[in-house]
Amino acid sequence: MINRDLLNLIDITVSFEGFLALNKLNLNLKKGELRAVIGPNGAGKTTFLDVITGKVRPTKGEVIFKGKSLIGRKEHKIARLGVGRKFQSPRIFENLTVKENLEISVTTPKSPLNLINKNIKEEQLDEIERLLKIVNLSQEVNSKAGSLSHGQKQWLEIAMLVGQKPDLMLVDEPVAGLTDEETDLTADLLKSLSGENTVVVIDHDMEFIRRLDSNVSVLNQGTVLCEGTMETIQKDKKVIDVYLGRPED
Amino acid sequence: MSLTKFKFDKKILFSFWIILIALIIAAPTLLPVFRLNLLGRYLSLSIVALGVDLIWGYTGLLSLGQGIFFALGGYCAAMYLQITSSSEFPNNIPEFFALYGVEKLPFFWEPFRSPVFTFFAIWIIPALVAGLLGFLVFRNRIKGVYFSILTQASLLVFFNFFNGQQKLINGTNGLKTDVTQLFGQMVGSESMQRLFFWLTAILVIAAWFFAKWVVKGRFGNILIGIRDDEPRVRFTGYNPVIFKTIIFSIAGALAGISGALYTVQSGIVSPQFMTVPFSIEMVIWVAVGGRGTLLGAILGAVFINYAKSLVSEALPASWMFIQGGLFILVVTALPEGVLGWIQGDGPRNVLQKFGLKRKIETYPSLEINNKEGNND
Repeated sequence: MINRDLLNLIDITVSFEGFLALNKLNLNLKKGELRAVIGPNGAGKTTFLDVITGKVRPTKGEVIFKGKSLIGRKEHKIARLGVGRKFQSPRIFENLTVKENLEISVTTPKSPLNLINKNIKEEQLDEIERLLKIVNLSQEVNSKAGSLSHGQKQWLEIAMLVGQKPDLMLVDEPVAGLTDEETDLTADLLKSLSGENTVVVIDHDMEFIRRLDSNVSVLNQGTVLCEGTMETIQKDKKVIDVYLGRPED
Repeated sequence: MSLTKFKFDKKILFSFWIILIALIIAAPTLLPVFRLNLLGRYLSLSIVALGVDLIWGYTGLLSLGQGIFFALGGYCAAMYLQITSSSEFPNNIPEFFALYGVEKLPFFWEPFRSPVFTFFAIWIIPALVAGLLGFLVFRNRIKGVYFSILTQASLLVFFNFFNGQQKLINGTNGLKTDVTQLFGQMVGSESMQRLFFWLTAILVIAAWFFAKWVVKGRFGNILIGIRDDEPRVRFTGYNPVIFKTIIFSIAGALAGISGALYTVQSGIVSPQFMTVPFSIEMVIWVAVGGRGTLLGAILGAVFINYAKSLVSEALPASWMFIQGGLFILVVTALPEGVLGWIQGDGPRNVLQKFGLKRKIETYPSLEINNKEGNND
C-alpha cells in the first residue's frame, strides 16, 4: 500500500544546532496529485523542499521516492531520478538566452560527453518549442534571460522545470511578485500539469491556493498541522489560530 | 547598423584572416630577432591565458596556481632537450648532474628520451595533475576565495619542491635549453627560433579555435551556468564536479603547452615560472583583455607583456606601478575588460557623453526584436 505513493516522508526531523526546522514531519503524495503546502514564515516549508532535493540531510527520518530512499544521495542524482525544483525567487541563468536555458533543462543524458559531442536532438528542440508556447515566451526565444520581466522569469523557470520531465515537481512560491492575471494563468498551468505529473506547490497567497483547488497541507513549527481541502482547513480551529486568523502584515 | 555590436561580415572576417596569416609569415623578416623572440614568447603566454579565461571567465574558478602547469610543461620540454643533447657529457647524462656528483640518471628522466612520450607529456602531465587536484577540491565543494587560496598554496608547494631538488632537476638554477640540440640544430639559433615562432603562432590559433569549440553550445552554457548559479545546475541534474574537473584539466593542458613553447623561446625553465606574482599576472592579462571573451585573453597577454618590456626598457622599475594601476582601472572602470567594454555598450556610452550619439530610448529587448524583424 505504501508503495503506491510516489513520495513518502516519514518522521523527518531536521535540526540546525538544536533548532528544529522540521519536527517529525510525515507527508505522503500519490502519483498525479496536486498538493499545496502553506504555513507561516519559519514553518519549515523551504527546508521541507531542501530535504527532498538533497540539499539538507535530515537528522532523522526517511524519504522514499518511487520506492527508493533519497537520503544521502547527491542533488544531481536526485534530480535525475525525477525530482524537479523551482526556487522561490526565479533562478534562471541570466547570461544565457531563453532558448539556452531551456536546452539545459531538456537535454538528456546530462553528461559532459553528450553535451560536447552531439547536437541537441530534434525531439528536444520540438519540446522547447512546445514549452515556449505554453509559457508564452516564443517572442523572447533569443533574448537574454536576464532581460525578461519578473513574471516572464518565473514562467521561464517553470518551463525549465517542466522540460526536465520530472515525476515530482516542487514549486516554491511561483506567483510571488506576479500580477493577478499572471497568477491566474500560473494556477491554470500548474493544474494542467498535475494528473500526468505530481506537483507540490508552496505558497502564501490564499487566493492562488484556492484557485489550485487541491488538497492542502498546513505546516507549522516543522510539522504537518492539518491536511485536507481548502474548505476543511479553513474551518480547522488550529489552522485559524496559527495562520489564517492572523492579520496580514 | 549600430556601433554597439561588432558584427563582422564574412568578407571582413576573411580579409582579417588573410592579413593575420600574412603578418605571421612575414614577422620574422619584419622584426629584428630580439623582438621576434619576445613576440613569440608573449604569444605562447597567450595560450595559458586562454586556459585562465576558460576556468575563470567562463566557469568562475579563479585559479592562482596556473604557474604549476605552465612550469610542468616547460620542464617536460627541457628534460627532453637536455637528455637528447647529453652524449658528450660524463655518463651521457645532462651536464649539471656532475655538479652534484650524480652519476645515474634519475628514473623519471628515462621516458623523456622519447620524443613521442615528450610530445604527449607536455600537455597530458599538466592535465592529469590539474585533473587530480581539481577533482579533490571540487568534490569537497571548495569554491570562491577558498579555491583561489588553495591553488596558490599548491603553487608554493610545487615551487619549494622544484627549488630544492638540485640532484633531480637542478633546483633553483633550472634547466637550460638554448644550448641544446633539436633536429641537429641549436635550439637557441636564429633559424630554430623562427620555427618556434611560427609553431607558436599556429598553436595559438589552434588553441583559440579549440577554446571556442569548448565554450560553444551546451557544454559552454553549463560552464556559464556553474559560474552564475552552481546549485541550480546541480538541481537540474548535472554534476558540476565533472564539468569543473574537465575544464580545469583543459586549462592545465593549455598551460603545459604554453610553458613548453615559452621555455624553448626563453632558453630556460626554472622554478621562477612558479612564483606567486607570475600566476597572478596571468589573471591580470585576462582581466584587462576581457573575461569570457577568449580573444581578450590572447590580446591581453600579448599587449601587456609587450608593454611591460617596452616600459621596462625606457623606465626601469616603473612597470609594477603601471601594471597595478592597469588592474585597478579595469576593476573599477572596466569590469568586463577592454574587449568586453568594446563589445558591450562602452563606445556608445562615450559617444553619448560627447553628444555624438543618440541615447537609447526604447527598451533593449524591444530593439533586439526589431532588429530580428528587419533581418527577416
